[in-house]
Amino acid sequence: MSIAVRPPAPLSLARLGLRAGLIAAMAALAAFPLLNMLPADNALHVSDFLVSVTGKWICYAILALSLDLAWGYAGILSLGHGAFFALGGYAMGMHLMRLIGPRGVYGHPVLPDFMVFLGYRELPWYWLGFDHFAFALLMIVLVPGLLAFLLGFLCFRSRITGVYLSIITQAMTYALMLAFFRNDMGFGGNNGFTDFKELLGMPLNTSGARASLFYASLIALVGCYLLCRWITGTKYGRVLTAIRDAESRVRFLGYSVTSHKLFAFVLSAMMAGLAGALYVPQVGIINPGEFSPSNSIEAVIWVAVGGRGTLVGALLGAFTVNGLKTWLTSAAPDLWLFVLGGLFVAVTLFLPRGLIGLLQKVQK
Amino acid sequence: MDGVTVVFDGFRALNNLSLIVEPGELRAVIGPNGAGKTTMMDCITGKTRPIAGTITFGERDLTKMDEATIANLGIGRKFQKPTVFDALTVFENLELALKAPRDPLSCLRWTLTGEWRSRIESTLEEIGLAERARDKAAILSHGQRQWLEIGMLLMQDPDLLLVDEPVAGMTDAETEHTAKLLVGIAGRRSVVVVEHDLEFVRALNCKVTVLAEGALLSEGSIDHVQKDERVIEVYLGR
Repeated sequence: MSIAVRPPAPLSLARLGLRAGLIAAMAALAAFPLLNMLPADNALHVSDFLVSVTGKWICYAILALSLDLAWGYAGILSLGHGAFFALGGYAMGMHLMRLIGPRGVYGHPVLPDFMVFLGYRELPWYWLGFDHFAFALLMIVLVPGLLAFLLGFLCFRSRITGVYLSIITQAMTYALMLAFFRNDMGFGGNNGFTDFKELLGMPLNTSGARASLFYASLIALVGCYLLCRWITGTKYGRVLTAIRDAESRVRFLGYSVTSHKLFAFVLSAMMAGLAGALYVPQVGIINPGEFSPSNSIEAVIWVAVGGRGTLVGALLGAFTVNGLKTWLTSAAPDLWLFVLGGLFVAVTLFLPRGLIGLLQKVQK
Repeated sequence: MDGVTVVFDGFRALNNLSLIVEPGELRAVIGPNGAGKTTMMDCITGKTRPIAGTITFGERDLTKMDEATIANLGIGRKFQKPTVFDALTVFENLELALKAPRDPLSCLRWTLTGEWRSRIESTLEEIGLAERARDKAAILSHGQRQWLEIGMLLMQDPDLLLVDEPVAGMTDAETEHTAKLLVGIAGRRSVVVVEHDLEFVRALNCKVTVLAEGALLSEGSIDHVQKDERVIEVYLGR
């Protein structure tokens, strides 16, 4: 007797609908910068504000995706993913600062304004190389990746899991925040970096630059999504879910749980770093506030609301919660934190599988 | 195992225990609660480290190795409580257990070739779960989960299988099926079964080792140990 083996997952209506919805959503997003060029009185005109705010959400969606890979698949609930995002952002910020050149307020040929102000004589060694885009790009993924590797190696090898690991990641982002607040770290202290001028020869405060960054982010999002989709569909992806559900059993099967978790965690941190790097030139500033623990927790809420372990859920959650946030923080600013907290409690209690789970239930 | 001793907070879970299992042998280990049966398995698989004694497998000393290394040497373990991966299908559970390179990159590049596929299929036949190959492990019955776990052990292609209480909570028919399964496996591989159910041990028709208070109490055929005065004493508490 032969058995038809792992046929392509049955393309249920729900799955098909989800896929079509995803493609439609991405296509609609891709049209935003084009619709922005329409005259303002056109019904389809998309405002500058909407383009820049959705550009930010796309970066958040990449962060959510990276968190879903670590949490939803490998079971690593990181409460410090914002740190990787911020480190990527700082790496990009350093590049942008170097590109200002002599155009700073103090007009120093090499040193950024804050260094002149703080009495630096020369560029610290760790700033070297950041004037090259390719080097900055490398650092954007390498620095978060390296931090994730060190932290992950120590934690996973010692079999620190669950809530203990979450607390450690949270402490990590908090410690980094305190460190980056210090002026003598050489990262602009409290004020961070701002007043960026250009990127890749393109002045930043133009609608053309906005559109380019928007598309770069969208391409990165689609790329990261496809990468995660591929990874989770391989045997490696199934090992990850197995680790998530019964870690010690996987060990007795002969797998090195440490290296499998480490691989996913490092990759996830790199994706988060990329998201941060795309975010910073769009918002025009990076400061230690990005390391704030609440940012990381918010990212966890996006994934939980959307539905973890589904990838699409992470995207849905990031856009939904951030859309709600943008609307509520202007409509009823005092309410937002209550809504956010309430949302998390409600999802945990009533929608353990998030909005995706709800959609699937409705379709059945 | 030679002179193995394990101490938990001053309590001697294993006390100078020595045991030899031959290649291809089927061995049942019985004993009252707290006799050290599960601790013995923990020691062999690297979950617990003995404070004294050696455990050798072939030529290799197991007492210094971690779980994954020991598993890759060819020792597979089935736990008391069946742990299969609920989120995966029966087929995928077996595929994960398959003896193949286990590092992340190999897993990313992994494709299931025909040879592997037929190995999985024949194991599915052997454990009687061919019909359920595409079902999620979460919806299997208790007995089926036990068989799936034995199947996962077989996929690891181990030389030694450690099977902890395989028939706890099984119906009579399921128990019988399990006994047949284990007897069929022995011969090709060594199998050590820890069990409470004496009827089941009788059905295995093999050498029996009785443990009590972390030490060897008696060894021999089931009829032999059942007549042994000391065995009767620890079981009946005279």
